[in-house]
Formats: sequence, structure tokens, C-alpha cells
Amino acid sequence: MTDSTVQEGKQQARRTSLIHSQPVRRFMANRTAVIGGVLMLLLIAASLLSPWLARFEPQAVDVVSRLKPPSVKHWFGTDNLGRDVFSRTLNGTKISIQVGLTVALVSSAAGLVIGLYSAYYRRLDQVLMRIMDGIFAFPAVLLAMAMMAALGPNVSNLMICLSIVFTPAVARIVRSSALVVKEQTYIEAMRALGASRTRILWLHIMPGTLSPLIVQGSFVFAESIIVEAALSFLGAGIPAPMPSLGNLLSEGKQFIYNSWWMTLFPGFALILSVLAMNWFGDGLRDMLDPHARTKRKRSRKGSMEKNTSDNNNEKVSSATQASS
Amino acid sequence: MVIYILRRLLALVPVVLIMSIVVFLIIYLIPGDPARVMLGDGADESTIQELRQQMGLNYPLLEQYGRWIGNAVQGDLGRSFFLQQPVSTAIREHLAPTLSLALFAQFIAVLIAIPLGVRAAVNRGGLADKTLNAYSLLGISVPGFLLSLFFVLVFAVRLKWFPVSGFAPLHEGIGSFLKFMFLPALSIGIVMSSLTARIVKASMLEVLHEGFVKTALSKGLRQNTIIYKHVLRNALIPILTVVGGSFGTLVAGAAVIETIFNIPGLGQMLVHAVERRDYAVIQGMVLFIAIVYVAVNLAVDLLYAVVDPRIRLQ
Repeated sequence: MTDSTVQEGKQQARRTSLIHSQPVRRFMANRTAVIGGVLMLLLIAASLLSPWLARFEPQAVDVVSRLKPPSVKHWFGTDNLGRDVFSRTLNGTKISIQVGLTVALVSSAAGLVIGLYSAYYRRLDQVLMRIMDGIFAFPAVLLAMAMMAALGPNVSNLMICLSIVFTPAVARIVRSSALVVKEQTYIEAMRALGASRTRILWLHIMPGTLSPLIVQGSFVFAESIIVEAALSFLGAGIPAPMPSLGNLLSEGKQFIYNSWWMTLFPGFALILSVLAMNWFGDGLRDMLDPHARTKRKRSRKGSMEKNTSDNNNEKVSSATQASS
Repeated sequence: MVIYILRRLLALVPVVLIMSIVVFLIIYLIPGDPARVMLGDGADESTIQELRQQMGLNYPLLEQYGRWIGNAVQGDLGRSFFLQQPVSTAIREHLAPTLSLALFAQFIAVLIAIPLGVRAAVNRGGLADKTLNAYSLLGISVPGFLLSLFFVLVFAVRLKWFPVSGFAPLHEGIGSFLKFMFLPALSIGIVMSSLTARIVKASMLEVLHEGFVKTALSKGLRQNTIIYKHVLRNALIPILTVVGGSFGTLVAGAAVIETIFNIPGLGQMLVHAVERRDYAVIQGMVLFIAIVYVAVNLAVDLLYAVVDPRIRLQ
């Protein structure tokens, strides 16, 4: 993902380095990030405006015009019950974004608390991080599926399960950056001044963990959209009549022989949502972590023989990749 | 070496313990009585009691866990109420398709990832590098099951090159096996290779700066010999990590793919168990896959020590 932003020319790179101190403008200068952000906004707007954009209700059954290919009347065609696929896709995107946003927020909050406290209190660290490691060791889809099987399929249960599954990834990131901040001299100074632990933790250490947290949160967003779709596709996520993207794909699978539009359009909606979030997350990382960016820019000119500096940042970026 | 292995095993104990507790506690997420939920509203009281007894729900919580984990360690994962057979037998019966799918997909992934990653590292900013950038973005943004749906749409429905779904075991001939498995394995393999290729590139870049590369260049070795024989070999460790790590994810991800292609593997079995609320199967399978996942990672760790003697001494 990091490398995807590399496409900008040298000219652009020089211009960004001049306005280095202004994160927002750095973000604006990152073309893929802006495209990702705009795409995300468009998707959100489209899904919120779906009652006005789509001429049909997502659940409106019209048996006469079932399995019709895309036309002027039904842009994305109709499904086996004659429901409008365009309207259903918009609604599915809305549900996906809702789930993604909620899961990102909840697991970020939980991960922040767990990460901070386990970075600061040694004892707690042993217990909390062991539990986090245990949860983290499960493949995400698998654990979420097992929990959904127990809780029963509905939207709020899905949000709970996904939040539990994704919290460890956030907690790990927060903990590792909190550990770095904790060793800084100014924290020692705060302690010497007699500041309370809560004060140090939340007013002085916490801000230092925010940027990796936000970046990780955006990747959790993208990832939970994927897992939600997979679970709903399998019938272990959002229950059937609700038009979530996974359900639409699952219905499309049944009619894949004749009705390609039932698979293609919800599929593209899913890809667009995830892509937008990933691009956006990339941009956020560049914006919030200027250090990584300048290093990468330098490394871009590197060739096979010279330039050793890019090893480190490649490693860093690949490490964050793996963790996301 | 023995000490190294023992230390690695010991480090796994807390993780596996926590995992088993998580899996065990899953049935306590069920709102209400698990036996009643499993059997539905129409079940009579004596059947429910029988199932409760079979599931061990009448014991205190700690004793339940003790019994369950004690049996699990001995390879007894309980009995499926719906399949009327031990869970471990059911797992054994469904293992082969998933394993062959996973291996085939991994093979495809490595086949794509290594040349692409190597070219991208050797020629930074070149065509392979640019391809890799686009490719890795595709890999994170397109989930495997969606890719396979698209493949079915194009290669099976439209072009009719492959069957839409089905499965033929390997021992009935490689031809029919490949015919059924190619699309599922390709879609998982592509998604996986995108991550692997990126790691190959990063790891290659690191080794390319080592002194011995310069020596090899100046003594006139062919570039391909240097790259594939010397550099790639030294760059293997991080590559092994992703390949090993993705293997567990792959077995889990196969759940969705197997449903799409109607492959009678572990994934499909799990999905059916979820539909039937067959909790013994769900718990047993999740624990099994999780343990396999951990074991593969351990094997990779041990493989490092074989590849790189320095690790053993740390």
C-alpha cells in the first residue's frame, strides 16, 4: 500500500518538501490519498442519499421484472425477486460503511485503553497482552464466524464480534508506541513534578500514540468491511433480507449463470469501499508520520547498488503492512 | 538446537492456553441454554437433558473446561450431535481437500511472488516495480472470495474453460483435480502473492546491499546467478515468515472459497456447522485450525534456525 503512493513525480516530491510543516497540505499533495478521501466521501454521500438517488426501494419486490439486465429503468438490473440491484447496492454500501466505521471506532477505543495501560503497568501488561496475543493468533474470519454462530446473526452482534477480533491489532500498535513515549525525558520530568499517573498517561503519553492509532483504525475500517462481506456471504453475518454487500454477493452466486450484474455491481462497490479506505489510510500515514515519508522519498532515487537507507523504511512499511 | 526448540515450545504455552479458553468460552456467548438453542423450540425435555449431559453442561465451569481440554489434548474434540460421529473423525475426512487447495494456492502464490518481487527489487521504478505496486493494492482491496466470483463469471460461466464448482480428489487423476481446483487456488493464490511479493522485494533490497554481492559482481558472475542463487537465498527468512504466516490465514480463508466452489473441505464443514449451530464441531474445528496455524508458525521459526545458524545462538 505504501508503494502505491510512490507514483507521483519528482516535481511533486520537491513541492511537498517545501510545505513540509503543514500536515493538511501534505495530505492534499498526496494524490492517491486525496482520491481515496474523495472516493470515500462520494460513497458515503451516495449511500446516505440512496432514497433520492435510487428510484426503487431496496426491498420492493416486482415479480414481473425479475432477473432483468441493466437498463435505463434499473441501472444495475434486477434480482430474482425483481428488486432493484442499484438501490440494494447503495444500501449494502451504507451498511458496510456503518459496520466498518463502528468497528474502527470501538476497536480503536478499546485498543487505546488496553494498549496504554499495558504499556504503563508491567503487571497488567503480562495479563492483557497475553489475552490479546491469544485472540490475535486466530485467523480473523474464523474467530468472528465462531462467535457469530453463538451470538446469532444480526448487525449489532456482528459489530461486537468484529470489534473483539480487531482490538488486539490496535492494542499492539498503541502499546508499542506508548512504550517509546514512556521513555522520553519529558515523561520522567512529569513524574518528578509529581503528576498523577492518570494525568501522565492520558494527557502526555496518549497524544503520542494517536497517529499510529488513527492509521491503524483506517485499516481496521477497510478490513472489517471485507470480513463483514465474507461472513454475510456465508450466512453468518447480517441476516438475509437486509441488503448488505455480502448478502447481495451470496444471492448473486445463486444466479451467477444468467445474471452477472447481481455479482459484478455489489462486487465493485465492495472493492471501491475497501480501496478508498486503504488509499485514505495511506495518505493519513504520510500526513501523520512525515519522518517515514521523507525517508521513503529519498529511497525512491535509490538503485540496486547504492543507498542503504531505504532498507529500514521498507522494513517498517512491510511490518505495518503485515500487522494491518 | 534442542534448547532452542524447547524455548520456542514453552513460549507457545500461554498463547495456546488463551486460545483454548477463548474457544471454550464461545458457547457461553449463546444467549440462553446451548442445548435448547441447538435443538430448537420443538425439542422435548429428555432430549435436551441428554444433550446437556453429552456436552458436559451440567458440570461446574472449571471442570467443564478441564474435561474439554483434557480430551482435546488426547485428540478427542467431542462428538457432533448432527453428524453422529466424533469431531476428530469429521475433521480427518474433510482435511484432504482443504490441504490440497491450500498447498496448490501457496504454490501459485510463490510462483507469482518470487519473480515479481525479485524483478521489482533489482530494477526499482521499472516495469516490474510499478506492476508490483498496482498488484499489491489489488491484493489488499479485493478479497479472495470476490476475486473467485469474478473468475467464475469470466472463466467458468462466459468462457466455459472450467467447471463452475465441484471437486475431484487428487488420487483420481491430476487432470480432473486441476480442472476443479485451478480457479479456487488461483483466486487465493493471487491475493496471497501480493503480500508475499512485497516482502520478497523488501527482503531482496536489503540483501542486495551486502558486500558479497559486489564481490560476486566484480568477479564476473552472471547477474541471474547472483540474484537467484546468492541474494534470494539470503533473503529467504522474511519470505518464509509470510509464506508460513499466510498458510494459516489461507486455511481459514478457504472456508468462503470452498463454499463458492462446493469443495467438501474443512471450510464447508465449518459453514454447515454454523448453519446447524453444531457447537461441538465449531469449537473443535476452530481449535484445530488455530493450533495448526500456531504450529505452522512454529515450524517456520524452527526453519529459520536451520536456514540461519546465527538465530540458534541468540
